[in-house]
Amino acid sequence: MRRVAGLWRRSIRFRVVVSTMVLTSLVILLTGWALLRAVADGLADSRKDVAVAEARAGFDLAQSQLDAAVDSDATAQAQTLTQLVDGLAATRGESRTYELVLEGPLGDEDTTAPVRSSGEIALSALPTDLVDRVRSGPGVVWQYSELPLFGGGPAPSVVVGSRLTAPNAGESYALFYVFSMRDQEQTLGLVRQALLAGGSVMVLLVGLLAWLVARQVVDPLRLARRIAERFAAGHLEQRMHVRGEDDIARLSSSFNQMAESLQRQIRRLENLSRLQQRFVSDVSHELRTPLTTVQMASEILYAEREHFDAHTARSAELLHTELQRFESLLSDLLDLSRFDAGAARLELDRVDLREVAERAVTDEAFARAGMTARTRGPRAPAIVEADPRRVNRIVRNLVANAAKYSKSSRVDIVVGQNEDVVSLAVRDFGVGLDAEQQLRVFDRFWRADPARSQGGTGLGLAIAREDAELHGGTLQVWSRRGLGTEFVLTLPKPGRTVEGPAVRSVFA
Amino acid sequence: MAAASGSFRRSKRDRVLIVDDDPSLAEMLGIVLGGEGLRSEVVSSGSEVMAAFERFRPDLVLLDLMLPGLDGMKVCRQIRQVSAVPIIMLTAKSETPDVVAGLEAGADDYITKPFRNNELVARIRARLRRVGPVSQPIVFGDITVDPTSHQATRDGKVLPLTPLEFDLLACLLSDPSQVFTREVLLEKVWGYHHPGDTKLVNVHMTRLRSKIEDDADSPRIIRTVRGVGYQAIDPDEA
Repeated sequence: MRRVAGLWRRSIRFRVVVSTMVLTSLVILLTGWALLRAVADGLADSRKDVAVAEARAGFDLAQSQLDAAVDSDATAQAQTLTQLVDGLAATRGESRTYELVLEGPLGDEDTTAPVRSSGEIALSALPTDLVDRVRSGPGVVWQYSELPLFGGGPAPSVVVGSRLTAPNAGESYALFYVFSMRDQEQTLGLVRQALLAGGSVMVLLVGLLAWLVARQVVDPLRLARRIAERFAAGHLEQRMHVRGEDDIARLSSSFNQMAESLQRQIRRLENLSRLQQRFVSDVSHELRTPLTTVQMASEILYAEREHFDAHTARSAELLHTELQRFESLLSDLLDLSRFDAGAARLELDRVDLREVAERAVTDEAFARAGMTARTRGPRAPAIVEADPRRVNRIVRNLVANAAKYSKSSRVDIVVGQNEDVVSLAVRDFGVGLDAEQQLRVFDRFWRADPARSQGGTGLGLAIAREDAELHGGTLQVWSRRGLGTEFVLTLPKPGRTVEGPAVRSVFA
Repeated sequence: MAAASGSFRRSKRDRVLIVDDDPSLAEMLGIVLGGEGLRSEVVSSGSEVMAAFERFRPDLVLLDLMLPGLDGMKVCRQIRQVSAVPIIMLTAKSETPDVVAGLEAGADDYITKPFRNNELVARIRARLRRVGPVSQPIVFGDITVDPTSHQATRDGKVLPLTPLEFDLLACLLSDPSQVFTREVLLEKVWGYHHPGDTKLVNVHMTRLRSKIEDDADSPRIIRTVRGVGYQAIDPDEA
């Protein structure tokens, strides 16, 4: 059932064929039913006409026999009547198509008159209002009915009745002809079967026709779909064949135009991106060489600063620190431009996030700042396939950030995992961020507190988030004013995707 | 040689050949190395390197990868054809393909610009060190490692190892019970004090294996412990 529903949803051809067949069946059923009705009426009508004519002849014969009978004696009369019925029944020797029922002589309403019948038909089986009408008046009366004739089950029949009077005895009789309509019924059955068979064949043929027509439309569509899919999968040189001038051909040529322009755009962007990467790489090289010389010189000056006078010594110090800042700014900017150019590549290896966290907090600089970190979460290794350099950088960034903004000397790190992801949360105990600041915290060069910007580039969190996203992971922030801020890094395990972090933030 | 005098030969000043096309940087490198008691000479074009190499006979080459005339990789290969002298590349590109290409051309180590003076000096010292990570001769299966002569032999035949490859092999064979992580090897063999590029280890391990293993795909001397590092395979076990 599901499969059929699925087919209905997915296949135009299936839908066209099924709906055409259903509609054709409905039309054929309706016309067949009307046709059958007309045929049945016609057959019954003509049978009735024949039956009434035949019956009328019988009545005349019977009446004339009654007229001729002179006996008023009951026994003789009964005999006459029996003979009459038998005679009438035997009129056409070969195969009788009717039965006779004779009632009479008719007496009062209360008394039951004797009945003679050629078959087994009881008077009570005949339609009562017909019987009443025959009893009460002269003339020939007829009606359709269902009666068991010639020992069969109830079959359609036409009953014709008339009242006869014996002039000598002054008595009256009711004589009924019951004509079988079995032949007509058989004919009708044949017609019905023929209609049914014809209709079925017709429905099948129409279905086939619909299938063929749908194929003509759907096949090119399917081809177009395959080509569009290949195009989407990156085969930009894919084009459709344009044949003829019909709608399909027009669709194909429109598709080709679209593909052409897309391909051009993509090539152009690829070119731009290549140029950009090239430029970044050149700038990198051109800047780094003089920077190296300057930095080496500055280091020598810095090492000798005690021998300088105060102004020169301070200048050497400033030169030294700001050069370091310049260097990290340059390297951050180059990293970001690599992300922007889509040129950042992952070098995957097994990384234990727990180990990374532990290394980050045993970092010298961290300890030198007087910070202590508590690492919580299960002891089990938290392994992901990731780029160790980038993961280390993210975690170092988060820890350094927390150290910078924490009001106390404490930083909390939690590592957790589920079957899909590994998460690492770094929490500081600083002033926290309000909702608007949380939105901007990953912006480039944005700082929560410009007064505390000393040393940083303002790019650390932006790069950390790019790094996380490059892994298919996430970097989220939670914060509460006055309580602190928590960043949660979530990386997918091999073959999994990130639905949500495995560690619930204390501020969530 | 007076091993007791430390890891540095004092009797004769070590010579460093600086191959760099940027005159300021080359001069600055000379100043810094001079301050460390090293003699240096500068070559600014790739095509002059071999002549200077023959004349100056350096103990170490500092080689800038981006050179006019002949690029750094080619220079590196030329030097390797005639000498196992330690080569440290200076590169402005930290992109791995360039680095790996340089290492495969025969460089022992590389430093990305910009770098700290002490970092540069530490790397140079590690390569000039006369005493490697082991001091006693090691016999390991059919391989013998002799730290005094700085030679490794197999069935009496000398293995053609560079000093760095010798140190790497000696380090691994010194303790077959231990799995050496790439970080530990970087520290012991390359003299890194900070986390470095573990690719360095991979490239040199590949080259070392190609020299000592009969079939580098199914090593019998050094195995890779996936996700951890490298370990010497006990000869009894093999």
